[in-house]
Amino acid sequence: MNPDNNNSTLFRYLLIAVLITMTAGLVYALLSLPLLASGLSFQVTQNLQLSGVENPVTAVLLNFRAYDTFLEMGVLLLALLAVWSLGTLPKQRETAPGEVLNSLSGLLIPILVLMASYLLWVGASAPGGAFQAGSVLAAAGVLLILTGWQLNEKLQGLPLRFALVAGLSIFMAVGVVLMLFGRRFLEYPPSVAAALILLIEAAATVSIGITLVALFSGGRPESEQQ
Amino acid sequence: MVILLPIVAALSCFLWPGRSIWIGLINTFTIVLSVAGLSLQVVEQGAGRYAVGGWEAPLGIALVSDGLSLLMLMVTAVVGLAISVYSSCYFNQDKARHFWPLWMLLWAALNALFLSADIFNIYVTLELMGLAAVALVALAGGKNSLGAAMRYLLVSLLGSLFYLLGVVLLYHSFGTVDMSLLAQRLESSPAVWAAMGLMTSGLLLKTALFPLHFWLPPAHGNAPAPVSALLSALVVKASFYILLRLWLEVFPVASFEAGQLLGLLGAAAVLWGGVLALRQTRLKLMIAYSTVMQIGYLFLAFPLASIAGWKAAVYLLLSHALAKTAMFMAAGNILLYEGHDRIAELDRVAQRLPMTLGAFALAGVSLMGLPPSGGFIGKWLLLEAAIRSGQWWWGIVLIAGGLLTGAYVFKVIGFAFTQSNLPHESRAVPIGMEWAALFMAMLAIGLGFIAPWILSIMDTGSPFGVATR
Amino acid sequence: MSAVFVYSLVGIGLFNLGLYALIIYPHLLRKILAVNIMGSGVFLVLVALAGRTASGVPDPVPHAMVITGIVVAVSATALALVLMLRVSAATGQPELPEEK
Repeated sequence: MNPDNNNSTLFRYLLIAVLITMTAGLVYALLSLPLLASGLSFQVTQNLQLSGVENPVTAVLLNFRAYDTFLEMGVLLLALLAVWSLGTLPKQRETAPGEVLNSLSGLLIPILVLMASYLLWVGASAPGGAFQAGSVLAAAGVLLILTGWQLNEKLQGLPLRFALVAGLSIFMAVGVVLMLFGRRFLEYPPSVAAALILLIEAAATVSIGITLVALFSGGRPESEQQ
Repeated sequence: MVILLPIVAALSCFLWPGRSIWIGLINTFTIVLSVAGLSLQVVEQGAGRYAVGGWEAPLGIALVSDGLSLLMLMVTAVVGLAISVYSSCYFNQDKARHFWPLWMLLWAALNALFLSADIFNIYVTLELMGLAAVALVALAGGKNSLGAAMRYLLVSLLGSLFYLLGVVLLYHSFGTVDMSLLAQRLESSPAVWAAMGLMTSGLLLKTALFPLHFWLPPAHGNAPAPVSALLSALVVKASFYILLRLWLEVFPVASFEAGQLLGLLGAAAVLWGGVLALRQTRLKLMIAYSTVMQIGYLFLAFPLASIAGWKAAVYLLLSHALAKTAMFMAAGNILLYEGHDRIAELDRVAQRLPMTLGAFALAGVSLMGLPPSGGFIGKWLLLEAAIRSGQWWWGIVLIAGGLLTGAYVFKVIGFAFTQSNLPHESRAVPIGMEWAALFMAMLAIGLGFIAPWILSIMDTGSPFGVATR
Repeated sequence: MSAVFVYSLVGIGLFNLGLYALIIYPHLLRKILAVNIMGSGVFLVLVALAGRTASGVPDPVPHAMVITGIVVAVSATALALVLMLRVSAATGQPELPEEK
């Protein structure tokens, strides 16, 4: 715990001095920025009707800069792949969960699932969307895991993997299909943009939720001896 | 598109782990084909720009394929091909099912990075690449590789955050994250200086330039051999590529002093890395320190700030990628064969694994910069640029580096001919691995012969700016 | 608009505090937490400066970038934590091993 173990006091003071200079420089740079700058908000509002949703953040995430979101789902999946490559699930403890956890999770989990669906739907017009809904879903999943629930053996292999890749796959499939129709990757025609975005977000929500829960579990399922 | 194919591959490898190797190999070929297709298109039609999602910058993200991106994609494809072939023999079934999805995602990240013209998008691809690389390092298991992977992860995240803070400052100064728009709108200001400093530092950390190189030898030395090859050849080059792009396109106001500083650090890297490489007792660690040294060469182009200098650096980058891959593959072969990689005990490798040793020697030739290899062309161009701009002292560093490289390459080759006194068991090395190593080494030499063609590709889209003399 | 700048200054402060902690503390969990704090600092700067619009409605692009950034940070943290567990299982202590 003691930070002095590995570093001499001279090093610490030197580091603090360097960091203070750096902070000062950054603060100076920051304060030199103009007081008013609208960035890209103008372009966003201009093109908002074409995007298929009313919430500008969702429009940016799922339409204007959808490619970033696509890659970021790849990052999430990659983290899971990495965690799974490192080892198997730690052994579950045998003690039963306490009364409070049991009853509370019984109450909370359905509410959380409902909340997640709502967040997914409302993301088109108010703050919300795939990631927010996915996180809430993951919270429900974590509660489940904490009560000692385990995924059915039969579902642990291919079905689980399908669910995990669903978000990324649907995203990519939509993009490629659009390319087959002569448009660019992920270029939604304004008429179906809303529907496509909802489709992608739905798949993404499920994938994100399950991926986060799997990350929480910390290892790949046992039934990997195919 | 070259980015989507590896992702498809990764997903399918994940879904059907039993058949990973086949899926991986087949996809490797398709990716190589698509890169070839893209190259033809660029060579014929010039640089291309693709607005993803139909939204042009600044609102959307643009992909750009000019000469520099193309060369990076090509070298990635070539190295990727060799690595895929090599790895199909290297990993046992268990590890292979984890290796392939990770490797395919790494390839996707690299391709996405080289094509991107949007600095925030580059951040995402950088993270994708970094996480994949860390996972691949940890694949070897064992406390050395896990510790190295942990250190690599922390370093990678630190570098990315520095970079991101720079991106933040740039966006909030100019309202865009697209590189060509930034180039147009850029004006010198404290925020820009801060951003430049931050982004350069972050990328230097990720490229392992002295003195920020401390994480590289454990990571590259302890990873499985094909992973070490990937890391040394491609991953550290990716952050260098970004640095190059930023300096060329976005920060032409860079000061003379900053360039000199980078050049000095590069020179230090060459000398420090070279000396430490000589002192290593394990082959893979030696090769890792050699990477530290060769990266130093790349930074010698910064103080020169001339088109010839940049081209020379890129040429060195390409030939190093090929040669280092060959070297690490050779090391992997030796490791498999002997069960260890202690240099002093390389018992008659020359007789028993002639192809492997040939690969190592040829790769060494390129690294040393002897004619007619790719390394020679790169060094020659750099020397020329240095003399032309009147800063001939960098040339001395180049020559000294060549001597040091020669020293440690010959040390290994020397030991490979001698007979060790300890008996040991040897295991057969799959022929695919040996061929892959030799192929890469021959390519490194071959790069010296096709210099005019490569140099003309570099000019496509004028990534280095238009010549003023 | 000084509120905007106060937030962003806090962000810079977090960034540097995290950097200090990352370098100084040997325990891996602290390092991981330090990286997270640094990340939060960067995101804070990004979001705060987005509030400088003339119309009062903040610029949505940085908000989207931060969402992306958070997901990336969460993924990286998850990997880091599991890696930390494996390292401490292999070496017996949750610290970076000395370089060989």
